[in-house]
Amino acid sequence: MESKLHLNLDLVAKARASAAKVADDVQEFIDVHTTVTVERAICRLLGIDNVNDVDVPLPNVVVDHLQEKGILSGGAAFYVGNAMAEYQLTPQQVAERISAGELDLSKVPVHSEKEIRDVIMPVVHATLSRIDRNVGARDQFLNEFGDKSGPYLYIIVATGNIYEDIIQAKAGARQGADIIAVIRTTGQSLLDYVPYGATTEGFGGTYATQENFRLMRAALDEVGKEQKRYIRLCNYCSGLCMPEIAAMGALERLDVMLNDALYGILFRDINMQRTIIDQYFSRVINGYAGVIINTGEDNYLTTDDAIESAHTVLASQFLNEAFALRAGMREEQMGLGHAFEMDPAIENTFLYELAQAQMAREIFPKAPLKYMPPTKFMTGNIFRGHIQDALFNMVAILTGQRLQLLGMMTEAIHTPFMSDRALAIENAQYIFRTMKDLGAELTYKEGGIIQTRANEVLTKATALLAEIEELGLFTTIERGIFADVKRPKDGGKGLAGVVIKGSEYFNPFIELMKGKVAGQ
Amino acid sequence: MSSGLYNTHKADFDTTLDLTRIKPYGDTMNDGKVQTSFTLPVCDDARGEEAARQIAKKMGLEEPNVAFHQALDKDFTFYVVYGSCVHTVNYEDIHVMTVESEVMSMEETNEYIQKHIGRKVVIVGASTGTDAHTVGIDAIMNRKGFAGHYGLERYDMIEAYNLGSQVPNEELIRKGLELNADVLLVSQTVTQKDVHIQNMTEFIELLEAEGLRDRFIVICGGARVSHELAKELGFDAGFGAGTYADDVASFAVTEMVKRGMK
Repeated sequence: MESKLHLNLDLVAKARASAAKVADDVQEFIDVHTTVTVERAICRLLGIDNVNDVDVPLPNVVVDHLQEKGILSGGAAFYVGNAMAEYQLTPQQVAERISAGELDLSKVPVHSEKEIRDVIMPVVHATLSRIDRNVGARDQFLNEFGDKSGPYLYIIVATGNIYEDIIQAKAGARQGADIIAVIRTTGQSLLDYVPYGATTEGFGGTYATQENFRLMRAALDEVGKEQKRYIRLCNYCSGLCMPEIAAMGALERLDVMLNDALYGILFRDINMQRTIIDQYFSRVINGYAGVIINTGEDNYLTTDDAIESAHTVLASQFLNEAFALRAGMREEQMGLGHAFEMDPAIENTFLYELAQAQMAREIFPKAPLKYMPPTKFMTGNIFRGHIQDALFNMVAILTGQRLQLLGMMTEAIHTPFMSDRALAIENAQYIFRTMKDLGAELTYKEGGIIQTRANEVLTKATALLAEIEELGLFTTIERGIFADVKRPKDGGKGLAGVVIKGSEYFNPFIELMKGKVAGQ
Repeated sequence: MSSGLYNTHKADFDTTLDLTRIKPYGDTMNDGKVQTSFTLPVCDDARGEEAARQIAKKMGLEEPNVAFHQALDKDFTFYVVYGSCVHTVNYEDIHVMTVESEVMSMEETNEYIQKHIGRKVVIVGASTGTDAHTVGIDAIMNRKGFAGHYGLERYDMIEAYNLGSQVPNEELIRKGLELNADVLLVSQTVTQKDVHIQNMTEFIELLEAEGLRDRFIVICGGARVSHELAKELGFDAGFGAGTYADDVASFAVTEMVKRGMK
């Protein structure tokens, strides 16, 4: 790609090296730890599902049991596998017996790792085959219908009721949406379990459950066949159950997942140690399942100033890239996030937005960048809001953004009406059609406002990453460098679910999934 | 739509302003002109258009004009409708509860605190309940503030603690006691199914049950919060869209002085 910004490539290399160092340090920490949700994700991938008579999901029953018995450090694969070897049970039967109080995993005679692997690996391979078939089905749809170039139109449904969501999602898909995200109910990110079954009650969103995933997937496939387009499904692989939701998404063929530990730390006050470990396994799974992840840098600008703090967004993108690489993800799966959030009252902010978006495009050339619409300066004046969204769409088409989360004119008023979405899609389609190749026609003035701004942001981001390299990631977050939010290393939610791995520990899924794509 | 471009319709209504009988204004006094848009769960055809017209009439719009209609899906159609509202209201009779304190600048508030209270005022705020949005509480509390209005953290004479989002009501009260707060701020952004009202009611009930209601000035805020709603629920004040840290701080400190809190 021809550079329009003449970015200082030495700085880009330096920034990337700093991010790599930060990620390597954290990876050492990740590698020796596991968490309750990592182990529950393993249970889910082993086929443990359903809930007990008081609605506790069986993966929780098993992992709570391991924790109570003080053997969580050995891992679910080891202990469930050990019981399978001893009693010739399936993982689901093991879970059911624990739930019935008939089985104490700490009292089962210990088998050798080989014996355990002999019983557990066929189950692991069966799960991987299911994911392989899902990825195959996606590829088949894309081969048959083709995949669009230019920005995907990404819309959100958020009724709280999966069946109502389906009506809205189908209408959105017929209007032209390419990606449907089902927003989660407020508060789900802080649940240390994943609810079960189809759900019809949620506030500001709908529970992420495996059954809801399945229902929406079937609905989008149906409308996709009718429209001769593959409609991608997105959900939220964040909060206290990152890897479990990744596992559910892999099993039900989700295509896009919000997946960012930093977001959980800063905006949901989730403990940083917990979530960074959770993120790693979730990204390994997403990587294998061919999922495009979305990172949450855009959110920094809802609490911090988009002009002054633009470099923190870039620095975080470098970090997210480094973490994703360490989980074996391909660049084509890294939907690094940013947003159009500058104050419309300030002169030339459109130029700064253009500079930021073009800069991200040039620094992460293969990444399907996720571009978020204005929210902070949406006022309830829907008429001005529609214009703000139009400017946002212009920046996207000029700079080759890929996942375009469409702005709603009624942002700050209510969750979108069906008509709000239709108008947003019309707005984007109009601009993307009439300005399709405008970006290729434009060059920016040598040393002008746009080039200067981009290089300033890059310079500051590189300096910040050098500082983070010194401090380490955890201390950086403690100091409030991202989003102007401070979080203590031992604070927040979920730390009790972190343990150091024992010598018997193994995670058969990471072994087979990491760095690979299903079916290849 | 060339026929609609110029209003050649002879006004057959009284065009003098009467504040006891006001109605919407388009381009002529008392023309009652209103624009509205909505979706009906029917297909896009002449029958649907007539349904839209009839809905508009029932909303009190005379001579409704369906200016635009477009299918959103097979059985959903979007309409933009114009019409003349038949209803009037008596403006003279309307009395609205608003926060009555005079709004001071940050510097004036600092001086006011120094002069009348003589120590730093402690304000603890949070987005409470299941609400995960910090945008409201941040706009009021964070140093940078919002839209050019500095946040409470920047006030020299205010010690501001922003507890963030999803803070249980009990936790906010506990923190308020621990920090010896004068003022508690409750922010509510999510209002679907009136979850904010349940949550704010519970907050006041908790304070009352603990005998702490008079211990603090309690203020709520959010895009869908009005002063009237706040008073109804038992708060001292409520701040809605378009209000900033200066509004909240001015009210809080004058109320403290009014109540003799030192």
